[in-house]
Amino acid sequence: MEAMLTEYLPILIFLGIAVGVAGAAIGASYIVAKQRPDSEKVSAYECGFEAFGDARARFDVRFYLVAILFIIFDLEVAFLFPWAITLGEIGLFGFWSMIVFLGVLTVGFIYEWKKGALEWE
Amino acid sequence: MYAFNVASLIPALPEIFMAISGMVLLMVGVFRGDRSTRAVSWAVVAVFIVTAFLISRVSGPGVLTFDGMFIADGFAVFMKQLALAGSALALIMSIGFNEREGIARFEFPILFLYATLGMMLMISANDLLALYVGLELQSLCLYVVAAYRRDDLRSSEAGLKYFVLGALSSGMLLYGMSMVYGFAGTTRFDTLFEVLSSSEVGVPVGVLVGLVFIAAGLAFKVSAVPFHMWTPDVYEGAPTPVTAFFAAAPKVAATALLVRVMIGPFGAMFDQWQQIIVFVSLASMALGAFAAINQSNIKRLMAYSSIGHIGYALVGLAAGDKAGVGGLLVYMTIYVAMGIGTFACILCMRRKGRMVENISDLSGLARTNPALALAFAIFMFSMAGIPPLAGFFGKFFVFKAAIQAGLYTLAIIGVLTSVVAAFYYLRIVKVMYFDEPAEALERPVGTTLTVVIGATALFTLLLVVNPGPLLSGAAVAAVSLFGG
Amino acid sequence: MIIYAIAFYLFAAVAVASGTMVVAARNPVHSVLFLILAFFNAAALFVLMGAEFLAMVLIIVYVGAVAVLFLFVVMMLDINFAELRQGFMRYLPVGALIGLVLLAELILIGGTWVFSPDAEIAISDKFYMSGEVTNAHALGLVLYTKYAYLFQTAGLVLLVAMIGAIVLTFRSRPGVRRQKISAQVGRRVEDSVELRKVKSREGV
Repeated sequence: MEAMLTEYLPILIFLGIAVGVAGAAIGASYIVAKQRPDSEKVSAYECGFEAFGDARARFDVRFYLVAILFIIFDLEVAFLFPWAITLGEIGLFGFWSMIVFLGVLTVGFIYEWKKGALEWE
Repeated sequence: MYAFNVASLIPALPEIFMAISGMVLLMVGVFRGDRSTRAVSWAVVAVFIVTAFLISRVSGPGVLTFDGMFIADGFAVFMKQLALAGSALALIMSIGFNEREGIARFEFPILFLYATLGMMLMISANDLLALYVGLELQSLCLYVVAAYRRDDLRSSEAGLKYFVLGALSSGMLLYGMSMVYGFAGTTRFDTLFEVLSSSEVGVPVGVLVGLVFIAAGLAFKVSAVPFHMWTPDVYEGAPTPVTAFFAAAPKVAATALLVRVMIGPFGAMFDQWQQIIVFVSLASMALGAFAAINQSNIKRLMAYSSIGHIGYALVGLAAGDKAGVGGLLVYMTIYVAMGIGTFACILCMRRKGRMVENISDLSGLARTNPALALAFAIFMFSMAGIPPLAGFFGKFFVFKAAIQAGLYTLAIIGVLTSVVAAFYYLRIVKVMYFDEPAEALERPVGTTLTVVIGATALFTLLLVVNPGPLLSGAAVAAVSLFGG
Repeated sequence: MIIYAIAFYLFAAVAVASGTMVVAARNPVHSVLFLILAFFNAAALFVLMGAEFLAMVLIIVYVGAVAVLFLFVVMMLDINFAELRQGFMRYLPVGALIGLVLLAELILIGGTWVFSPDAEIAISDKFYMSGEVTNAHALGLVLYTKYAYLFQTAGLVLLVAMIGAIVLTFRSRPGVRRQKISAQVGRRVEDSVELRKVKSREGV
């Protein structure tokens, strides 16, 4: 436990430095630089026109579909790590257990491929 | 190295069969396209029938598999077959409906299959984690079928509401489980029972709160008051065959789960959970009776009615003994038959190619379609608990168990609320038989619907002739839960 | 050990603060970004507890995928968020009350917490507690064998999630020209190229 946490110490220091540098850069620009905002300066710049409409455009629902399919396979991969480490110890049953799991998801994959959910246009 | 024996999987054979056939049918569907919907639907019905047969073959007292996480006892057999029957009937009703409404897609029966598989896993759960994954498998399918009619605003709303509240209830369930696990160091039901009953420290607050959270999470799933808010909206918005499905199969599975969790691992904490169940049961009966009076939409009315019925069924659990659980099983069986029958009648309410859902649309049905009106009246009388019909027996056995267990208040209030509830059931009968006829409903209603209505109506009507098999089956199942 | 304590309080404080900001931020996109910050801090807390594998999975799955999905969803919805927040003050008392009740409950539980004397016996997989193996290793030893049932059911849940996502959101668009790889590969020169003699000054 103790040894493991010591291994993470460089990351902690790295994080500290990153936060420090970023904070210093932003903080310094607030303190040191001249700031005289007015309504024209801080308004959105749109080729010299008054801004029309919202910057928020609606995303197509297909992005969401791709994202959710990605999550599913992401999770599948997460399950593969412990399996790969212990493959030598869990025996044939452990091996086939994962193969069946992958098989189930492959059925799903064939389904979505055949359905055309992975096609864009 | 982990020792594993393929033969040890036999108790889970029906579920494995279901899972594999689901995948095969998914492949058939996706390669043949939506024109195979009808074939896939009937294939799923066939899978349900085969599974129901397999279940009775592989079970026995205290049969465990998957390292003790899965139990196939008599109780599981009874509840699984009931859930399968409910799912199969709801699916049969949906075939014609989906085709007429132009929303027939082959995924629909597959989702029904996996929802039902989730129920099987819930009913057979012998571990808190197994309970949770089964519940999630079932719920995920239910959220999707509730929103299945995705171009319909109400259906989407139903799916979303169900999903958000379902996720909340799952969260509560997990929270409660984590506390129980933190105290006992195990999630296995039998070990939990030993740890909780042998505990020298009494019942600590942590476990009590855990129990409350688990009970609340499960009460959400059976839609018992005070966790019922989603029910009317979801029932109203979801496509009618899906509502029929919701009212039948998932309720059976969730009730089975509630009974198994309370009697099994928390058996030693009977005094603590009995109060919860008594309160929930009272509140559900009262709300089901009073809130339904003002409803004009028949599906909404059925939602409140189903809340009330869950209240009556839980009276049996509150008694907490073999007679009570037996009464609950009888009640759920009769409730599934009546519920499916009523929704089949509601599915017949079409006019000019559109579904109509108001109670006033039934006016004078006795003159325009006497057979349908008669069937509807049988179901309504039975739900109200009028003696020769099946509904009466359900109420009779749970109240009898409650009185034997000394829960007089519960029984008396139950009888009073069922009198109130009889008012709105009989109002529908009055609208059908004594009001001026409205425009006639569309005919013919289709063979499958006629068969479903006929079968459930006959069951409701004729149970009085030979109630023996149902009663003894329920009694055997209840005894198996108490380990004897 | 002092560093451990400092790190814990730092990460915990940032996690709670960013959790508050998820609810309080005006712009929902900012809410999602604060959520990502909260995930990172939770992952750091997992590391402090020694659960490295969970920490990494939290980052890969939650930050890498779930938060992205949330961003898509936020951007997909075209709602007026100012309007949506109008009810906020009205529901605040009820929400605060429920929060307080939960907090009181938690304090009560935490204050009176006991472990069952039998818990030590009931816990079946003790090898991780002995510190002999790493996290991911310990998970792998039981997940695919002892808990194969849960593992396979999780696979079915993922399958249903795929079906559900496609049923609810996928629309087949008519008139979309799909890539047919076999047709592309199977094409030959003779099918597509035609040589013609073109007389000068006449064109094709």
